Amino acid sequence: MSKKDEKRITALIVDDEDLARLVLRELTQTHPEIEVVAECGNGFEAVKAVAEHKPDLIFLDVQMPKLSGFDVLELIGTDTPVIFVTAYDQYAMRAFEVHAVDYLLKPIGRDRFEAALERAKSRLGEKMPAAPELAAAARPPKQFLERFVVRDGTRVTLIPAAKLDYAEAQDDYVALASEGKKHLKQQTIASLEACLDPERFVRVHRSYIVNFERVVRIEPYGKDSRLAILADGTRLPVSRTGYARLKTLLDQRT
Amino acid sequence: MHPLLTPINRFGLYLLAWVPLAGILTYLIAVPGKLGWLDAAVLIIPLCLVYQFVCLSAWYSCKAAPIQKSTGQRLWLTHVIAAAILSLLWVLLARLLAYGLSQMLAFQGLDLRLASQLSVLFGAGFLLYLLSVASHYVILAIEDSSKAEARLQETSLLARDAELKALKAQVNPHFLFNSLNSISALTSVDPAKAREMCILLAEFLRMTLGLGEKASVPLSEELSLLHRYLAIEKVRFGARLQMEEDIPEETKSVQLPPLLLQPLVENAVAHGIANLPDGGRVRLSGQSRDARISLAIENTFDPDSTPMRKSGLGLKNVRDRLEARYGKEASMRVSAENGNFRVELSFPADIEEVKR
Repeated sequence: MSKKDEKRITALIVDDEDLARLVLRELTQTHPEIEVVAECGNGFEAVKAVAEHKPDLIFLDVQMPKLSGFDVLELIGTDTPVIFVTAYDQYAMRAFEVHAVDYLLKPIGRDRFEAALERAKSRLGEKMPAAPELAAAARPPKQFLERFVVRDGTRVTLIPAAKLDYAEAQDDYVALASEGKKHLKQQTIASLEACLDPERFVRVHRSYIVNFERVVRIEPYGKDSRLAILADGTRLPVSRTGYARLKTLLDQRT
Repeated sequence: MHPLLTPINRFGLYLLAWVPLAGILTYLIAVPGKLGWLDAAVLIIPLCLVYQFVCLSAWYSCKAAPIQKSTGQRLWLTHVIAAAILSLLWVLLARLLAYGLSQMLAFQGLDLRLASQLSVLFGAGFLLYLLSVASHYVILAIEDSSKAEARLQETSLLARDAELKALKAQVNPHFLFNSLNSISALTSVDPAKAREMCILLAEFLRMTLGLGEKASVPLSEELSLLHRYLAIEKVRFGARLQMEEDIPEETKSVQLPPLLLQPLVENAVAHGIANLPDGGRVRLSGQSRDARISLAIENTFDPDSTPMRKSGLGLKNVRDRLEARYGKEASMRVSAENGNFRVELSFPADIEEVKR
């Protein structure tokens, strides 16, 4: 068989519906070079399975409970090529097109599957587009992030946006402060700011975004700068432009 | 047609309004001059009878020169000239009448005695005509605004109709594509099941289209649509979707707007069950009491996920449709507690409507 010299490809199938996984498994069966190393029924299992099996390729459903396909991509990083699978989501489809990600529409046809597989094979080793950008492009206009997903090893934590006190930039990461704990996440503070509802979250400083609800008072601090005191006593630096932003938001609310 | 002439009682009111005017005119002509009360009355009463018709003619010139579309200058010019000419003709008529009356013994010299009062008469005629013009403009404005209001009401009714139609014809594309995907999966592993699912889907679509045409359907019909829907979703979600139903037999003949419950059940699955990795339960229940029926759709949901937010639009549509049909007689209560999302509809139980 000529396929013998072809490299083996380990693949992961992630979909919350049994029948949807079944279709994908069946489609991969005609490709002996593809070995399905695991099937996952939800995003948490997927994150674990990726860490465990380090697959070459992932078939990833977009609409899943708790953790969506975008969340999973965000948590596993962009090293593994992903073929997204979706039934119907006009925004997600457009995001895929814009970011040149392979995607399959349900019901999945054989031809389309083969084409996506070819494309993915030719790109093995290439990096995927960063998840936050992809997810942001797939969000309907005027809809902001309602929660964040963070991972510590294989443990996944969901933080609702309302429970975020503030975010602090730390090099390539942001630290999300919520209920007294800090969660590190690989994202720039600017891209985080873009996903947040500007009526609830304010960039008060080059390195800080604060939840407006948490601010109890503002104190002067040296020349030109101020401190925001949060409900739990945390003190955050506020720059001059940050103060102006806080004030406009305050004026809007009163 | 002239608005003051059509209903006869309105014309009567108009004539009645002329009685004090005629009185004032009589007074104006009699008191300062040499005319006696009788002389003045004999002249003014027929003159007013004629002039009230003349004033009605202002309607046509008002319609010809609508206040919004004509320049102020033109308006004034038209109506002032008309008032002057008509009033002049009226004065001539008064002289003619006075001359005629003066031939009678009782009113000898009436025409001479009137001569000094002709300017008063002219002034009165002039002002009365302008007053009539003003009143007609007011009438026109009132007519316009009531017409505009009627049109507005009509268009909003049409819009709501169209919206309802669109709503009824709506089949969630997500549901459709996912169902097709399930069928495609079943064809190889369980062809019989695949065929069954095709039939369920076809029946569901046919019923959706058919029910949308009707104004109301018995609850039993809506339920059989829901059963199809849930059976299809059950294939997709498997053990993750649990169903319960507690609807007493006697409530099943109650009439309700078609596809009223369907979007609620769809929400329950799409925003409740689909967000739970281990699934949950959808429960339909109903009861009737005091000629009212209440139906509840409940589902388990994940309190941590976006709080049934996208379903907001669907809920609003259901609320609007209930209100459009029953007005204040209907109520809708939505609650989300302890991971249980519940929508309860309550409306008058209408069984008679079957005959319509």
